Amino acid sequence: MTLPIFSASDDPGPSFADLLKRVRPTEALPVAAEPLTITHGTTVVAIRYADGVVMAGDRRATSGHLISHRTMEKVFPADRFSGIAIAGAAGPAMEMVKLFQLQLEHYEKVEGQVLSLEGKANQLGAMVRNHLPAAMQGLAVVPLFAGYDLRRQVGRLFQYDVTGGRYEEQDHTATGSGSLHAGTVVKLGFREGLSEDEALDLALHGLWQAADADSATGGPDLIRGIFPVVATITAAGFARIPDADVRRRFEGLIDTMAGQQVGGTEPS
Amino acid sequence: MSMPFYVAPEQVMKDRADYARKGIARGRSAAAVLYDDGILIAAENTSATLHKVSEIYDRIAFAGVGKYNEFDQLRIAGVRHADLKGYSYSREDVDARSLANAYAQMLGQIFTHEMKPMEVEILVAEVGASSDDDQLFHILYDGSVVDEDRFSVIGGDAEAIGDRLEAAFQPGLDLGGALNAAVSALAGPDRTLAPADLEVAVLARSSGRRAFRRIEDDELTELLPSV
Repeated sequence: MTLPIFSASDDPGPSFADLLKRVRPTEALPVAAEPLTITHGTTVVAIRYADGVVMAGDRRATSGHLISHRTMEKVFPADRFSGIAIAGAAGPAMEMVKLFQLQLEHYEKVEGQVLSLEGKANQLGAMVRNHLPAAMQGLAVVPLFAGYDLRRQVGRLFQYDVTGGRYEEQDHTATGSGSLHAGTVVKLGFREGLSEDEALDLALHGLWQAADADSATGGPDLIRGIFPVVATITAAGFARIPDADVRRRFEGLIDTMAGQQVGGTEPS
Repeated sequence: MSMPFYVAPEQVMKDRADYARKGIARGRSAAAVLYDDGILIAAENTSATLHKVSEIYDRIAFAGVGKYNEFDQLRIAGVRHADLKGYSYSREDVDARSLANAYAQMLGQIFTHEMKPMEVEILVAEVGASSDDDQLFHILYDGSVVDEDRFSVIGGDAEAIGDRLEAAFQPGLDLGGALNAAVSALAGPDRTLAPADLEVAVLARSSGRRAFRRIEDDELTELLPSV
């Protein structure tokens, strides 16, 4: 591998995606004759609370009606003070996360300073937009982006659509197949200034209800010990909540719901 | 049509080397020292924003002396080389030796084929799993690579600084000890260097994935001896 050196007029600057394009031009995607059966990741939610943001995602990946993976992770640190959560076609989504993490680090190293949270959110929007040709063929990726804005001292959330549209949400957001159920629970439970404890419980309750009503969303697996990935992003940075803590919260949630006998059987 | 005069290749190379050395000698030097938790790099640099020491990858750092625009171009090329390699293969496949070779190839190529050699001397450091695996590569303007252990000095005054560091160095120094050895060697017997004249960074084994960390402001003042 030789050193990538460019003339001043052709220099890709701090953008890793542009650098990749210079080094190895990508080929156009083949057009599928019929819809492919591919692996999909499902429900993720994000909630703003007093000290920052909570992000949570279930672990199930599906191929059509089959569960293809029980331990997929959908919530990742993007850098020290931000996180990305994904729903949609799993392959391209993982690739997008990898590229996004790399882009933020690459920018930081080349420029010698970190991108602003706004700048990171716009970068992700551009990546989703560049992915549009693949999305048109059924490989849509819809991420959530959340972070702690060190300049404004507040947690912020961003939602995207397949065209790269970027929408900042004030309080909470959800995406993926179970987002309607999870989002409704979070919407009803949200109030200004939630504590970390309350925000974590609310996110997990949202995921529980999504798993209860959406076949593509996985609930907590107490037998195998598989729990949703939950993380907080605050002034101290991105921190993943340990599985033992998530288990304890789910056990509490199950006890409460068993006591109230909520959400009985659906009318047939 | 005029014919160029014949100049012996020895003379051409010597002229180029003299030119490059003169350019490098105009700037201040930098030194890297192994310590118990990794590698410390200290450079004499009065600018707080134009860095001589920077992060290349998880466990790799770069230091350059000489002409700023030239070594900064090399630094960015190094970041790109490392990030592309890590993206194509895996993060653990990125190593200092391959990067040092790429730098050497490029500097050698420029030294023999271009009008003007690069007036730079650079250092590529990689912190390993234990101090036996720490690596220092010293690369000169003509593409020669030297693999050094214990410490490495780059810049016009490297020989004198290296001698002073040789006297002060001990294996297994702590962070403060390594910093003081490097700074007093850079300063020499007749001067003292204040925190504002220094740029200091470490590749620390205990820092997690990204080992590079700058030592600035209060932390630097505290580690330096009070004068």
